[in-house]
Amino acid sequence: MNRNQLEALERESRRKDLPPFRPGDTLRVHVKIREGEKERIQVFEGVCIRRRGGGPSASFTVRKVSYGVGVERVFPVESRVVEKIEIKSRGHVRRARLYYLRELRGKAARLRSKLRDVSSLVSEQEEEARAIAEAPAATKAGAAVEEPEAAAPAEAAAAPEPAPDAAEDASGESKS
Amino acid sequence: MAIELLCRKLGMTRVFEDDGSCVPVTVLDASPNSVIQKKTVETDGYSALQLGAGERRADVLTRPARGHYEKAGVAPKRWLAESRVEAGEAEGFEVGQEISCGIFEAGQKVDVVGTSKGRGTAGVVKRHNFAVHTEGHGTHEYFRHGGAIGAGAYPGRVIKGMKMPGRMGNQRVTTRNLKVVRVDSERHLLFLQGSVPGHPNALVRVRAAAASR
Repeated sequence: MNRNQLEALERESRRKDLPPFRPGDTLRVHVKIREGEKERIQVFEGVCIRRRGGGPSASFTVRKVSYGVGVERVFPVESRVVEKIEIKSRGHVRRARLYYLRELRGKAARLRSKLRDVSSLVSEQEEEARAIAEAPAATKAGAAVEEPEAAAPAEAAAAPEPAPDAAEDASGESKS
Repeated sequence: MAIELLCRKLGMTRVFEDDGSCVPVTVLDASPNSVIQKKTVETDGYSALQLGAGERRADVLTRPARGHYEKAGVAPKRWLAESRVEAGEAEGFEVGQEISCGIFEAGQKVDVVGTSKGRGTAGVVKRHNFAVHTEGHGTHEYFRHGGAIGAGAYPGRVIKGMKMPGRMGNQRVTTRNLKVVRVDSERHLLFLQGSVPGHPNALVRVRAAAASR
């Protein structure tokens, strides 16, 4: 029973603002870096070669080749050091651990992409925001509603494809 | 002597701070304790509060035990333990009163008393951190032994306190100066940085750290 209590605690502290990335995806990881008092964001861009662990101990490894040298960084998923993750492309891979990429160089190390449009790969948080943005828009189409929050749905209703635009102000992450 | 809160160990996990650092924490179920009885110098020769925590079915108790709880006006408890307090300190507490985890605050240091996990009969390597023998160079069936235990004709006996195999664990252990990372008064949870003696579900007693008192 106590295990369940702990797991419930872990579940509620889970991050919901990260997109559903997988091994093989090319990611742009926005990393918070502290230099004395100052904080700045650095982007680490590369291929996710593994995701491991669950709950708060989950982490992922991103590999890139920088000036001919392979660099791998391991990030804890739950840590606030990871400010944001963008999925640049989804690679078509057939295993969960892409360690074979370490042996490959240049053209051979490329991953072919099946999915052209990565804009559908959004975080849970964003998905919720989109759902909320769409729902009042639908009611507005049916009847004239004078809701106080009518401003946002009105914008959404104006555009033929309401989803991406509305989500943009919610989290600032969108690719269209 | 500071008042001790009876808690149930839930287990360990990790929490992340806003600066991104990861803190290993033990989570304790610190549901409110009830004061069951007050021991006083006049009647008992010492001053203490008898505290109860957890839940227990009334029908499994003996009648005297049930009467003991009824006298305090509280539901039967799973655990009963005394917390020694100064006579003056006890004045603020009444029988039947509840003591919550609100007596601790984040950032504070605490001592945790518990019973360590029992290891049964353990060898000298596990029990006393002896070094293992080499597993090569002709060693035959002699890897985790303790070696010699004394000299010969003089003193002609094994001196007292020699470290040998035997029962390990299941002992009272105090872990000192654990930092309180978070206090969740709503759900009655304490988050302490580091590990705490005992297995999950075990009773532990938490008090303000002796060093900070």
